[in-house]
Amino acid sequence: MLARLKVADEEIADTVDKLSRIVDFVDQLAQADTENVVPMAHPLDATQRLRKDAVTESNERGDIQKNAPAVSDGLYLVPKVIE
Amino acid sequence: MMAGDLHTQTLTQLAQGLEHGHFTSVELTRALLERIERRSDELNAFVTVTADRALAAAERSDAARAKGEIEVLSGLPLVHKDIFCTRGVLTTCGSRMLENFVSPYDATVVERLSAAGAVMLGKTNMDEFAMGSSNETSFFGPVRNPWNLECSPGGSSGGSSASVAARLTPAATGTDTGGSIRQPAALTGTTGLKPTYGRVSRYGMIAFASSLDQAGVITRSAEDAALLLGVMAGFDERDSTSIDQPVPDYVAGLGKSLKGLRVGIVRQHFDAGLDEACRAAVREALAVLESQGATLTEVDLPNLDLSVPTYYVVAPAECSSNLSRFDGVRFGRRAEDPEDLLDLYCRSRGEGFGAEVKRRIMTGTYVLSAGYYDAYYLKAQQVRHLIADDFKQAFADVDVIAGPTAPTPAFKLGDKIDDPITMYLNDIYTIGANLAGLPGISVPCGFAEGLPVGLHLVGPHFGEQQILRASHQYQLQTDWHTRCPESFA
Repeated sequence: MLARLKVADEEIADTVDKLSRIVDFVDQLAQADTENVVPMAHPLDATQRLRKDAVTESNERGDIQKNAPAVSDGLYLVPKVIE
Repeated sequence: MMAGDLHTQTLTQLAQGLEHGHFTSVELTRALLERIERRSDELNAFVTVTADRALAAAERSDAARAKGEIEVLSGLPLVHKDIFCTRGVLTTCGSRMLENFVSPYDATVVERLSAAGAVMLGKTNMDEFAMGSSNETSFFGPVRNPWNLECSPGGSSGGSSASVAARLTPAATGTDTGGSIRQPAALTGTTGLKPTYGRVSRYGMIAFASSLDQAGVITRSAEDAALLLGVMAGFDERDSTSIDQPVPDYVAGLGKSLKGLRVGIVRQHFDAGLDEACRAAVREALAVLESQGATLTEVDLPNLDLSVPTYYVVAPAECSSNLSRFDGVRFGRRAEDPEDLLDLYCRSRGEGFGAEVKRRIMTGTYVLSAGYYDAYYLKAQQVRHLIADDFKQAFADVDVIAGPTAPTPAFKLGDKIDDPITMYLNDIYTIGANLAGLPGISVPCGFAEGLPVGLHLVGPHFGEQQILRASHQYQLQTDWHTRCPESFA
């Protein structure tokens, strides 16, 4: 549910089988001695740059919404959420 | 130079031909488009061919040249992996999810190459969202290897490697998250460069695993790779992980001899698991480097065996968050007649993504979930540090680490697709460079059962110049990189 993916009934057995093999495979990480090792989030140990909080983009809503499945008056349409 | 020979030339040679007026960019572009039209279906290498745009760009380039306005890549053709956003052109990322996505903007890589005068011929096929090592996960079907049409051209940049190997284009862009430029280059007898993490902007490159993804090129020589990298590299404020470091003149650095170059050999790279004929070819390549003045020393990467499992935690974790943007609402595929919002999300994603992408999203969601985060994700990030430290230590004593790019030559389509682990292990020699953010290159170094073998060179951070120079010097001494599949000569 977390991944928000519908898996077709006929794909379930194969998916379970392959996922189990993947999890077994990555389980070998448990062997590694990682006591006091700092987790590495970025390959160059750099931190994310910050920029000034200023408007830098122009309004290109029309262009961008050309790829949207359903829009109306510049708004994205989704199924009713609140009754 | 006859127009019939143009497809055999490298970018560097074509640039000279254009400069001397032997042919125009329009003639060159037309010759390659005609070849693509005739031969690309056998390979399934392209998702989109942009013939009209290419000819218009070539005309503009010829007109500019006539006025003396010449850029570094003026009039030179290339193709882009379909992971790079191209304004006004279909950008599918090999996925049904983006089957109809027309990008509203250009990726920085695309923008820089076209500003330098390059002419885009089309967009190449690839594993879906770059997740695969054989190009078989593409929604548009597998790409075939021009050396043997029953074999895979590698992946994920399989359309790029196949089209360069088949002489449909002199060069192609690619991306490399775990080996996706270098492995296909090895399997097709082409030269594939993955730069240092942050060296080339990721802006407009559809994200898979953001701490590993890096853009690079597949070419027919290290010299051409150096030429393109010089244009693509450099700081971009639109990519928050782009590194602000000066870009050296990579081409100018190629000429220096290998005298005194310290080459490290990793013992584990030659253990069981490496094909015999590949081993022989790589050993011979190392002997060539030695004969050119390089010194070989053994280095140790003790945690190397853990690089593939580490990658298959880190990459899916990042992929599961990156791909959450595909929700069927703002762009991409949307399921018909959803019952409610949740059904819209689940079915749009279920229909839009293929099996491998779904597996990675699920794996990633699992390793990031509350009960498993420490055991998998945190642990993998720690092991990643150990692997990066191994490389750091090794580079205290050597300038370049050399070994095989892939454990076997090209394998048959269908052979590995049903076993994800066997497929994942194909990237065993390349993944370490991504985890540590290092530059790597694969150059052709021989054949195994009639199929190309790649020599892999890895450098320290921002050591592109070292690996390009070593590759170029090696290519001055050998002719493996000039070999072409007979049926595509």
